[in-house]
Amino acid sequence: MRYKLGFAAALLAASFLSTTASAKTFVFCSEGSPEGFDPGLYTAGTTFDASAHPVYNRLIEFKPGTTQPVAGLAQSWDISSDGTVYTFKLRPNVKFQSNASFKPTRTLTADDVIFSIGRQIDANNPWNKYIAGASWEYASGMGFPKLIKSIEKVDDLTVKITLTHPEAPFLADLAMPFASILSKEYADSLEKSGKKEQLNQAPIGTGPYSFVAYQRDAVIRFKKNADYWGTAPKIDDLVFAITTDAAVRYQKLKAGECHLMPYPNAADVKAMKADPNLKVLEQEGLNIAYLAYNTTQAPFDKPEVRKALNKAINKKAIVDAVFQGMATPAVNPIPPTMWSYNKSTQDDTYDLEAAKKMLADAGVKDLSMKVWAMPVSRPYMLNARRAAEIIQDDFSKIGVKVEIVTYEWAEYLSRSKAKDRDGAAIMGWTGDNGDPDNFLDTLLGCDAVGGNNRAQWCNKEFDELVKKAKVTADQAERTKLYEQAQLVFKKDAPWATIDHSLAIVPMRKNVVNFVKSPLGAFTFESVDLAD
Amino acid sequence: MFGFLLRRIAVLIPTFIGVSIIAFSFIRLLPGDPVALLSGERVMSPEQHAAVSHQLGLDRPIVIQYLDYLWGVMRGDFGASIVSKTPIMTQFLDLFPATVELSFCAIIIAVALGIPAGVIAAIKRGTIIDQGMMGVALVGYSMPIFWWGLLLIILFSGILQWFPVSGRISLMFFFEPVTGFMLIDSLLSDQKGAFLSALSHLALPSIVLATIPLAVIARQTRSAMLEVLSEDYVRTARAKGLSPFRVVGLHALRNAMIPVITTIGLQVGVMLAGAILTETIFSWPGIGKWMVDSVFRRDYPVIQGGLLLIAGIIMIVNLIVDLLYGLINPRIRH
Amino acid sequence: MAGTSTTAQPTSSAAMRRQMLKEFWFYFSENRGAVIGLFVFLILVVIAVLAPIIAPHSPFEQYREAVLKPPIWAQGGTATFLLGTDPVGRDILSRLIYGAQYSLFIGVFVTTLSLVGGILVGLIAGYYRGWVDTVIMRLMDIILAFPSLLLALVLVAILGPSLTNGMIAIALVLQPHFVRLTRAAVMAEKSKDYVTASRLAGAGPLRLMFRTILPNCTAPLIVQATLSFSNAILDAAALGFLGMGAQPPAPEWGTMLSESREFILQAWWVVTFPGLAILITVLAINLMGDGLRDALDPKMKRS
Repeated sequence: MRYKLGFAAALLAASFLSTTASAKTFVFCSEGSPEGFDPGLYTAGTTFDASAHPVYNRLIEFKPGTTQPVAGLAQSWDISSDGTVYTFKLRPNVKFQSNASFKPTRTLTADDVIFSIGRQIDANNPWNKYIAGASWEYASGMGFPKLIKSIEKVDDLTVKITLTHPEAPFLADLAMPFASILSKEYADSLEKSGKKEQLNQAPIGTGPYSFVAYQRDAVIRFKKNADYWGTAPKIDDLVFAITTDAAVRYQKLKAGECHLMPYPNAADVKAMKADPNLKVLEQEGLNIAYLAYNTTQAPFDKPEVRKALNKAINKKAIVDAVFQGMATPAVNPIPPTMWSYNKSTQDDTYDLEAAKKMLADAGVKDLSMKVWAMPVSRPYMLNARRAAEIIQDDFSKIGVKVEIVTYEWAEYLSRSKAKDRDGAAIMGWTGDNGDPDNFLDTLLGCDAVGGNNRAQWCNKEFDELVKKAKVTADQAERTKLYEQAQLVFKKDAPWATIDHSLAIVPMRKNVVNFVKSPLGAFTFESVDLAD
Repeated sequence: MFGFLLRRIAVLIPTFIGVSIIAFSFIRLLPGDPVALLSGERVMSPEQHAAVSHQLGLDRPIVIQYLDYLWGVMRGDFGASIVSKTPIMTQFLDLFPATVELSFCAIIIAVALGIPAGVIAAIKRGTIIDQGMMGVALVGYSMPIFWWGLLLIILFSGILQWFPVSGRISLMFFFEPVTGFMLIDSLLSDQKGAFLSALSHLALPSIVLATIPLAVIARQTRSAMLEVLSEDYVRTARAKGLSPFRVVGLHALRNAMIPVITTIGLQVGVMLAGAILTETIFSWPGIGKWMVDSVFRRDYPVIQGGLLLIAGIIMIVNLIVDLLYGLINPRIRH
Repeated sequence: MAGTSTTAQPTSSAAMRRQMLKEFWFYFSENRGAVIGLFVFLILVVIAVLAPIIAPHSPFEQYREAVLKPPIWAQGGTATFLLGTDPVGRDILSRLIYGAQYSLFIGVFVTTLSLVGGILVGLIAGYYRGWVDTVIMRLMDIILAFPSLLLALVLVAILGPSLTNGMIAIALVLQPHFVRLTRAAVMAEKSKDYVTASRLAGAGPLRLMFRTILPNCTAPLIVQATLSFSNAILDAAALGFLGMGAQPPAPEWGTMLSESREFILQAWWVVTFPGLAILITVLAINLMGDGLRDALDPKMKRS
């Protein structure tokens, strides 16, 4: 037994939070390993938290804590009157970070921007396939290869991007992690030394922290970027301790082995709130879970039938059972934190009697249907099966028989798209760039039928509104259009909107100035530790 | 001896090719479209889908895909993960030292405790000591180790807080990996307390991983010893008046070790292949956890390459065990 | 070793068989552990069979007002839920009782499947030799070249996570042991006088394989089967634990452990009891297996 106590003593001595070093170390118990460090190649938030946010900047940034695009590496910009030519003035004297093998000789220029974006949209760019299997899912997902006609250098600090058609969300797109700006000089030096793949392993950017080391599946280390162009970070060393198990993360947070953790178990939140050493930040997530009817199939092609079923779903019960209350019932197809959210929309209130009557009025009797439940847990829907069981129970009370079906996740994704899908499918979405277009047109537009539009719902009135908003530059104007579109959506009810989940961020009491991005990212630019 | 080696290697080659065919076709049998998984909720257009499939080489005839793959494997190129896009070999080399370190500690525990326990039980055959030890060994042998690991975490990390919950070393210590083995690197780093920290992180996982091999080795040692002790020459030695210690130590143990070494070798092979359960429970960044994660992420190339690498390790370790066995026991060499 | 040559004289007389059984029981019952194992195992069988009668609650009923109740002896426990409740308010004792059905079924199913498959393949390989033998044994080498749990995990990922697929996968990875044993025994027996005599008397290959040779290789197969039984239970629980075996809400012990993992620090009982149930069951079977081996292995009898 004695040697074990010896370990314990050594461990206590080693408990580094108690050491009074002058350097400030902040430990984030992250939920998973980053896929790589070149944000353009990936789509996972976990990857962006470890690459795009600490190491890089973008032309446009989201104002911390909001989804509002503001100046980043671009100091100012100008949009042509037809909305297709964007001219960006770059911030002067922005220094790149350095590492053991690379010392930058110049500051940020237009070449870096052209390199960073160009390689993602041009298949002939030498950096388009610089590692095996390189693909630019986000850039192609946002339609960049077709949208961007050209990127040109006007002078060292001016870049001109020409679009093939006007697209209002373009600025917000440029603030997304995949559009991070890398150093062309670094890429060139890697090419010279034949180590192109290092671009994805040892990142060099302009961001608040510079990359130090990554020990696979264990630890990522960053240090303060002393030359940062913005406000210098208060933290000297930023450490990501990769801890995949939520219970273990909580244990480490409690023991003081880390300062902040993402994604706690819903079951632990109560105890976290009660712990005097911890505090818990709650924030509405930019997401939605919904039940998409197949609006091309009888009797679900009738809005009255869909409305009747919507009235029979007890969203509160789902929120309680699935999220232990850590979510809000959804009314509109976009979350309340998003601009243009229509507060005046009337939800279909839970009323079984009314639902039963509406069904009878619509001439529907002895209805039996399928409800599709996802096999995986997503931030917007932790347990689709449990939600489906509650829906099943509710529907049985209005005489509708429900059979719950599920498939393996990849199978589910592709089968639920099919136009002739039999039944209503539980699905959801997490916003990419905070633009309403990213929900309304992406999920409900006519061109998305057979794809993201899992309700197969093509409504002329709705589609015209969102298409018009997409090419309108003025935000006030766009807001009006989107507000109206939400009313049309609710009237026609292609979905039963289920919930918007809350992001819960537990942290040590002494963590100050942590700003949670509504887009789900964990950024530590402003964070500090109080003494 | 050389001929024996050649013959054994000649048998390995068709087996390895068989393993590669199996690993390759497994992955083609997995349901679901890997390309669709890449994009998640975001639907790809048919052109994008085709482009990505083409890039991953999924649109070529399956035989070509296989031959291509085999050719790559022979050059040490196992392809790249579709999730992280990093070469599988790089990932493997990053993670393998953690697995080796854990296996090494576990096998030391198992041998250091298992052999003496087996010897004592054999000498004290039929006594309470024998029964007690073999009882404990059987419990260890029957242990669901994923549960055992959780129990140890609850007790030693949760309640007593003697050992850390997961990780390889306290985050306080940071040094460039030289060998990849935390114990060695921590000593090389010259940082005070780093070695102890690495050791305390290793303690619980090694104990858990050692449990079953320990039981197997103890049981095997006991029965091998019993067999040897009953043989004529040992009886003669005893009759000649040699002390029991010398009888056991010099004569019996050496002969009894022959089958035990085989057992140890096989256990090492299995451990190096990645302790799936132990590594998962302790979030140990080794190849067992890597494989489990890849199965859940449906990272096809990694599952395929990992299966092949792991089977390769087991085959090589088994070959070494065979050779060792031949060296110690000349009777089978012919 | 020559297997059971002392009792291997081909005979079908009932008296002889009774004599063998008697002798077997004599050696088996000498091993106290084996008898305890058998006893515990029989209790488990009774529990599994009578589960609907003895379980105090349904294993699926969720008592929402009694979530995570501790066991009766702990503070806050109630007599309604003797071993406490799980995170959604199901009675743990009842789930454990029903879980016995799963584990025993898994053991029986997997062992039968791999035993029958292994014997058939092994008989063919050992009897015909030649290229058939080479191909079969190479295939078995390939299966054995993978760690069994990893192979089962990947197989289940291919077939889709479910208890049935898990059992098939485990049976497949356990099967090579039976093949090897049967083949070795067949090869050893094939050259013996009684087989040659039987062949000369005009027995066909099927009769030779199943009636003449097989009964004489049963001892090692029985020992291996017990081992497989406990391995099957452990592996199925491990798959369940990894989320790839029986799916919730099935009260399979490994699945119960996996579902309750997030509560290990708040509610020790949801994690402790299912694991204990697995340990006891596996231990009982292994105790029996040791006894069987001692009773069937003449070499051990001698010393």
